[in-house]
Amino acid sequence: MPAETIGTTMRRRLAGFARTLRDNGFAVGLAETRDALTILASPAAARPSLLAPALRALFCATRSDWERFDEIFAAYWQGRGVRRVQRSATAPGESRSTAKHIAESMMSQRPHGMPDAVEQGEGHHGDEATDSHDRRNQAARSERLGATDLRHVVDPDEVAQTHALTERLARRMRARLVRRERARRRGRRLDLRRTIHRSISHGGTPIDLVWRRRKLKPLRLVVLLDGSGSMDLYTAFFVRFLHGVVDAFRESEAFVFHTRLAHVSASLRDRDVAHAVDRLSLMAQGIGGGTRIGECLAAFNRWHAKRVIHSRTAVMIVSDGYDTGDPERLAEEMRRLRRRCRRIIWLNPLIGWQDYAPEARGMQAALPYVDLFAPAHNLESLAALEPYLARL
Amino acid sequence: MIPDRDRIAERLAAVGYVADRDLATALWLMDYLKRPLLLEGEAGVGKTEVAKALAAVHGTELIRLQCYEGLDQNAALYEWNYQRQLLAIKAHEGAGMSTDAIEEHIFSEKYLLERPLLAAIRRDTPPVLLVDEVDRADEEFEAFLLELLSDFQVSIPELGTVTARTIPRVVLTSNGTRELSDALRRRCLYHYVDFPDVEREARIITTRLPQIDAALAQQVARMVAAVRKEDLRKVPGVAETLDWAATLAGLEVHDLRQEPEAVHETLICLLKTHEDRSRLTREVTDRLLGKVA
Repeated sequence: MPAETIGTTMRRRLAGFARTLRDNGFAVGLAETRDALTILASPAAARPSLLAPALRALFCATRSDWERFDEIFAAYWQGRGVRRVQRSATAPGESRSTAKHIAESMMSQRPHGMPDAVEQGEGHHGDEATDSHDRRNQAARSERLGATDLRHVVDPDEVAQTHALTERLARRMRARLVRRERARRRGRRLDLRRTIHRSISHGGTPIDLVWRRRKLKPLRLVVLLDGSGSMDLYTAFFVRFLHGVVDAFRESEAFVFHTRLAHVSASLRDRDVAHAVDRLSLMAQGIGGGTRIGECLAAFNRWHAKRVIHSRTAVMIVSDGYDTGDPERLAEEMRRLRRRCRRIIWLNPLIGWQDYAPEARGMQAALPYVDLFAPAHNLESLAALEPYLARL
Repeated sequence: MIPDRDRIAERLAAVGYVADRDLATALWLMDYLKRPLLLEGEAGVGKTEVAKALAAVHGTELIRLQCYEGLDQNAALYEWNYQRQLLAIKAHEGAGMSTDAIEEHIFSEKYLLERPLLAAIRRDTPPVLLVDEVDRADEEFEAFLLELLSDFQVSIPELGTVTARTIPRVVLTSNGTRELSDALRRRCLYHYVDFPDVEREARIITTRLPQIDAALAQQVARMVAAVRKEDLRKVPGVAETLDWAATLAGLEVHDLRQEPEAVHETLICLLKTHEDRSRLTREVTDRLLGKVA
């Protein structure tokens, strides 16, 4: 039975199904729909039990597609109510004022006078820079923004500008890394096969030598962003930073966690920045109930690490280290992660605060496995990371 | 032709591969739509075996291309036999042949080294082409593979275009160490190979080890399923299950419950890292055994 004999109603239903799948993030093109028609025209269509697996093999392209297909199939063909992917345009950081309030109360709770052994210097430096710029009142606005603690940026114009700066920063990191790679074009070993091949045109005299060099793997950056309530003040900026990183690094992956871990690289690849950031901010908003860093890392180690981490991978965790889970679990998972990747960078916005000491239990548990524990409360501190990453 | 999914499953079973029904459907569809099949799943679930079984079912040759980082066209498609070409040039120069004639001669079929991809499209009967662990190859190679899979023709500058004599059945496998491109995914049918359920694993054991008694096979399958649920670094695959079942049969164990000692000691067949080994202590093994029996 040729495909032409299928009725218009059926064709329309099938087109609708393809559209539903597309709405749910499946990559379904014309070729797939055409092949689906062929399947419907085949004897398989006579046996409904065969149809679902056949269409599933055709339309799915990833494991997550594979797992969701049955539900969507049932919903569409058996009318059990299709649930579409929600898109929301909620602006990031709406609750700035309440968040600020929380932060201030957190500040006042903090015990004073604890010495901080790790990289406190840069944080202080940032604050001082702000002061001096203000005094002289002549520095470029962007420079001033660079030193301002991100949680003090409230003016909408400044917010927009900071966002732009954050993204540019992420892009600049990429450019620097690439230049390093080009400088290394020198072979180590003679490629005998190719040298002989080239020599054929010279009658067998090897004039053009062909060298082999080890292919350089570009540095891959995997960012795990804490989206919990305690990070609320910074989340909007880091989401921007994340977008910049994912957009600029050819090899990068982004995850957001609070009580669960979500893989967000795909949403971040949306070219429309505002759109991507909106979608992500929504995901990043913790539902409350605290942060389970240990469990999220466990999920990362178990399900994602093998795929996203190779020998030239730096894992960047952006979190304040306030963990409501078991610190031992966190330490265990950090140990596992440490074995897999090249460097672990822990960015903690709180380091920039005066008198901060990493005494949160989760932070204490994680610290032994961290290669670089650095502040990330303003743009300058982010920029300071660049040379470190370039050296990896 | 009534879709012979069940017959495919039967025929696969006859060559020693116990397929689930969905996989049989995918294999039937692969022939019907002439599309490649992409198999994903954890290491050890038997992805490569699918291609081997498929070749056995159709009674054709299995051409295997193992992907690795840095795999290039020379290793995958074709290469000229440079050494022979050089010798030929020297020999013919001595004999006083003209340059054009020499060139004609050294770029002929005789000096062409066929690599798996070229071999696959130049067979008279369609072979099964297994592109194993395609995620290990570079992205450039993936793009090239995609082109080959859509046109089934290859251009060799010195020889001209080689069009496929027959379209091979293509099976790609991926372990998920790298994200594959959307284009390649869309080109292929997709099947996620999961660890077999207890029933199927028991059937796999009895198919592969015919001398084993059915009750033990069932117990082994249940035990392995329980072990897989533990939090392990390397989850044991089907090959490990078979090793273990063979070991137990060799030790003449007939009932796992009767010989917990032997069970615990032979678990090294399943657990391949020190960490996993120390995680499954005697107590854990006994607890699992209790659940299984």
